[in-house]
Amino acid sequence: MDKSIPARVLDYATEVHAVADAELRKLRHDPSELLTRAIQPAIWLVLFGEVMAQVRGLGSDQGSYLDFLAPGILAQSVLFAAIFYGIAAIWERDLGVLHRYMVSPAPRSALVLGKAISSAVRGLSQAVVVYLLALVLGIAVDLNPVDLLAVAGLIALGSALFSTFSLIIACLVKTRERFMGIGQVLTMPIFFASNAIYPIDIMPDWLKAVSLANPLTYQVDALRTLMLTGGVSKFGLGIDCFMLAVITIVLVGIAARLYPRLTT
Amino acid sequence: MSQSASGDAIIRTKSLTKAFADHLVVEDVDLEVRPQEIFGLIGPNGAGKSTLIKMLTTLLPSTSGEASIAGFDLRREARRVRANIGYVPQLLSADGALTGYENLLLSTRLYLIPRRERDVRIREALEMSGLGDAADRLAQHYSGGMLRRLEITQSTMHRPPLLIMDEPTVGLDPVAREAIWSHIRDLRGHFGTTILITTHVMEEVEALCDRVGILHGGKLEKVGTPNELKAEIGPDATLDDVFARIAGEDMANVDNYGDARLARRSANAHG
Repeated sequence: MDKSIPARVLDYATEVHAVADAELRKLRHDPSELLTRAIQPAIWLVLFGEVMAQVRGLGSDQGSYLDFLAPGILAQSVLFAAIFYGIAAIWERDLGVLHRYMVSPAPRSALVLGKAISSAVRGLSQAVVVYLLALVLGIAVDLNPVDLLAVAGLIALGSALFSTFSLIIACLVKTRERFMGIGQVLTMPIFFASNAIYPIDIMPDWLKAVSLANPLTYQVDALRTLMLTGGVSKFGLGIDCFMLAVITIVLVGIAARLYPRLTT
Repeated sequence: MSQSASGDAIIRTKSLTKAFADHLVVEDVDLEVRPQEIFGLIGPNGAGKSTLIKMLTTLLPSTSGEASIAGFDLRREARRVRANIGYVPQLLSADGALTGYENLLLSTRLYLIPRRERDVRIREALEMSGLGDAADRLAQHYSGGMLRRLEITQSTMHRPPLLIMDEPTVGLDPVAREAIWSHIRDLRGHFGTTILITTHVMEEVEALCDRVGILHGGKLEKVGTPNELKAEIGPDATLDDVFARIAGEDMANVDNYGDARLARRSANAHG
């Protein structure tokens, strides 16, 4: 084990890949979940979006409310997919699969990161669905390849962030029943206390403060810039990415600490 | 990867203790398992077997005492300990949503077996465990016995000097059980693997174990060969008599709900 630093980095990458690849293979064996997950964003855009678009005062000056909403729904569908990652972790613990990860010499952070990356791939599949919906609905989607790549990067980062957050919650509550309760309680505030479906500017001050501490806000802000033609960022892309990256790193660190608790 | 033990014992614990709140679950255990032996840990439900195993596999930190596994300190060198043991939990540790091959691939990667060796090793291991034909089927379609063999195989892909198994044949029919036993003997024969198992089945102890340790109330009460333990009781004594003598005393006053739940779930999964 007394290896050079590049060799150790390579080992670490192998172990991250081991976990992520296993998750993706499972998804390949049974991709039905990707289809069912496509339904929710469709409902939000078509039902909620079309109706709310009639309300004046929502949305930005440049575009329609649907334009404003699409990046928010993209972020939301990624969030909802990621937030139930914790339940998969508890499920693996209950089965015994997790024990096998925990008795391996792989660093705990590599295990957490592997799960986060597999969540990122799930998130990307959500993005494809939302983009297709957006095109059908005539939303002013920006299809510039560079911007698409940047969106992919943001989706991956957001998925990693929220799935790791979810894993932390799982490590704390430890049972599926408790997690189901808490999962619901957490997703709603994260979603509503953000700029996903309405601008921050119309929020009362206390809610503004909350939403500024909410990583989803930064993800939506960046997505709005990159997904729409003529999108404008409120905070600046640099700030958005910085916030998401820092929060993800901190969460991975915490999760790596807590993850082994699941098997004690 | 497979550094052997410095000194003669592959497991050596000194006063190993685990307390939950003020309740001692494992108390002052001095256990010594020698290289290449098959050691059976028996004891009634709630005797502390699972807790002891969890400590030895680094899943649970000990409260006090010391232990070295394959020559590495359990606390300070946990990662090296992990690299030198294989562990088959009582629960279902193969991933049913992956094929047999993929399950093994995952293990070869987690244990950092070099890429060019992976495929060969997986193929060999599949042959040895009689799963060659089932390699590309999802593990959820395996029978209980096949699953167990897959689990043992995935825990030994890195050829650890020590393999720890928690009730390896629970829930299996007699034929599958025999197959697991011979698989375990083969592992020792081919790779010189030392094996520690827990079990409730005295037949299993007779069939497999060189030595036995009896855990009761968190303490390691007795260690010896099956014949030594039987001889202590009487000329015609069986291991069941030995077990009943030790366990019979307080079967009534242990809270076994958790144990029962685990055993039944595992039995269901593998049955």
